[in-house]
Amino acid sequence: MNLYAIKAIYIFEMSRFFRTLWQSIVSPVVSTSLYFVVFGAAIGSRIDQVEGVSYGAFIVPGLIMLSVMTQATTNASFGIYFPKFIGTIYEHLSAPVSFLEITLGYVGAAATKALFIGSVILLTAYLFVDIQIQHPLAMVAFLVLTCTSFALLGFIIGIWAGNFEQLQLIPLLVITPLVFLGGSFYSISMLPPVWQTITLFNPVVYLISGFRWSFFGTADLPVGLSLLAIAGFTAICLATIAWIFKTGWRLRD
Amino acid sequence: MKDIVQVKDLTKRYDNGFEALSGVNLNIREGEIIALLGPNGAGKTTLISTICGITQASAGSVKVDGHDIVRDYRRARGMIGLVPQETHVESFEKVVKTVQFSRGLFGKRRDDALVEKVLRSLSLWDKKDSKLMQLSGGMKRRVLIAKALAHEPRVLFLDEPTAGVDVELRKDMWEVVRGLKEQGVTIILTTHYIEEAEAMADRIGVINKGQISLVEEKNALMQRLGRKTLQIELAEPVEAVPQALSHLPLAAEGGKLVYSYDSQSEHTGITGLLNEIRDAGLHMTDLQTRQSSLEEIFVSLVKEDA
Ligand SMILES: Nc1ncnc2c1ncn2[C@@H]1O[C@H](COP(=O)(O)OP(=O)(O)OP(=O)(O)O)[C@@H](O)[C@H]1O
Ligand SMILES: [Mg+2]
Repeated sequence: MNLYAIKAIYIFEMSRFFRTLWQSIVSPVVSTSLYFVVFGAAIGSRIDQVEGVSYGAFIVPGLIMLSVMTQATTNASFGIYFPKFIGTIYEHLSAPVSFLEITLGYVGAAATKALFIGSVILLTAYLFVDIQIQHPLAMVAFLVLTCTSFALLGFIIGIWAGNFEQLQLIPLLVITPLVFLGGSFYSISMLPPVWQTITLFNPVVYLISGFRWSFFGTADLPVGLSLLAIAGFTAICLATIAWIFKTGWRLRD
Repeated sequence: MKDIVQVKDLTKRYDNGFEALSGVNLNIREGEIIALLGPNGAGKTTLISTICGITQASAGSVKVDGHDIVRDYRRARGMIGLVPQETHVESFEKVVKTVQFSRGLFGKRRDDALVEKVLRSLSLWDKKDSKLMQLSGGMKRRVLIAKALAHEPRVLFLDEPTAGVDVELRKDMWEVVRGLKEQGVTIILTTHYIEEAEAMADRIGVINKGQISLVEEKNALMQRLGRKTLQIELAEPVEAVPQALSHLPLAAEGGKLVYSYDSQSEHTGITGLLNEIRDAGLHMTDLQTRQSSLEEIFVSLVKEDA
């Protein structure tokens, strides 16, 4: 294992993040606050409680998930797309590193950034609502797993993307809708039965449900199923990446 | 001397079907400087990229110090430094950081003293905290060299290292390369400046249309292929070669006659020529001989191939 390589990539990626630290903090704080104003205060005042939790608190896990998934994906995809785009990828390809090391470096950095932003959002949420986290360890575990698996997905997107439009396509067209329709802002039980069934095909539903369970102790779906879903998703991403590096797909001519 | 890089029947076909390398065989000796010459599109960069792991070979094999570049890629690549032809750099990164990054990527412990030494040797130390986008093209190229040297390679590939570098700096770079050779680093360089190959290389390889058409000791090559010319300055200009001398490989150029001959042959014909010139009643004021340069040799080689 080339640990120095993992460290080099990780530090390199994080230093880019720290160069723009203020932007990284300000934008999630502002957007979270907006969500609280719109959903929590305006709409939430007309909704009493969902599953015994005030609506303002109910949306917190979904909000965190929304940002974390998007951030992990875009950060990782940009991280690997950029050297491909400007040509510095030659160095990674000619270095004595395996796919695992490159992936750990990029995905680790992207997941760290997403984790950081997730924490910023949670702290911002405390300004607006009172939240008690019932299963803090599970909460952290879900958060870390989500950051990691979506960073893996982003990494794949970054390798696949041939231009900047494609880079933004999947987060915009796939992740955001899936998160919005995945019960971020409502409980699945609020939907008509047909839609409840359809929703079960949305993988994000399992993640949000599990994450919300770690906060409030109640969930739309069994927690075990949520864990299984996220493990399965991670495994698929890892397998795809292993295949990419084995074949050199989109990396080596 | 042992062969540190062994390229065997290497073929590279790009996805569009174009065959950029067609069965290349090349052994590079440990500690030598070998210059690869060839016209644009000959396959020099493709050959280097394939050895270094940036492109995948379609057929054939490459070994670096006995390690297969595919099966044993860690050991093989760990020995190789690459300075690519294109100057791709991370614009926002600082010089010293990007050089340290390269060392880490190649699995080496951070070593600030070494990085300083490398940067100094390339006259980059005073630029260490500059962002890469603030550097000129020639400086960026030197940063790429620094990145490759930062992980102490035993084999160094330099793909047109002096393209776009001014004359003075080019000479400095030659010194750096010679210094590396003294430390035992094997160097493979491509260049379009033939005087560079002439000045630096122990051996010359010529590649054309994806095939190696020749690999030879530079000195032997220049002797073997080197035609010499004898220029005879005349007291009175002639317009054409006088009738009496027309059976000789002789050309008239204004005030002089130019005789070309093979310096390696037993009979250069010079004595006879001079006698005949005297007999023809021409008066000579000066004589000069000139050995043809590698450049002329190269041009004639590539033409032959075409
Ligand atoms: N990615 C690619 N896909 C298809 N063809 C390619 C690719 N890269 C290079 N080629 C072709 O392969 C041939 C060899 O290119 P290469 O870059 O190896 O030449 P070179 O000898 O380095 O030339 P130069 O002196 O201009 O740098 C060229 O005809 C080029 O068009
Ligand atoms: Mg080239």
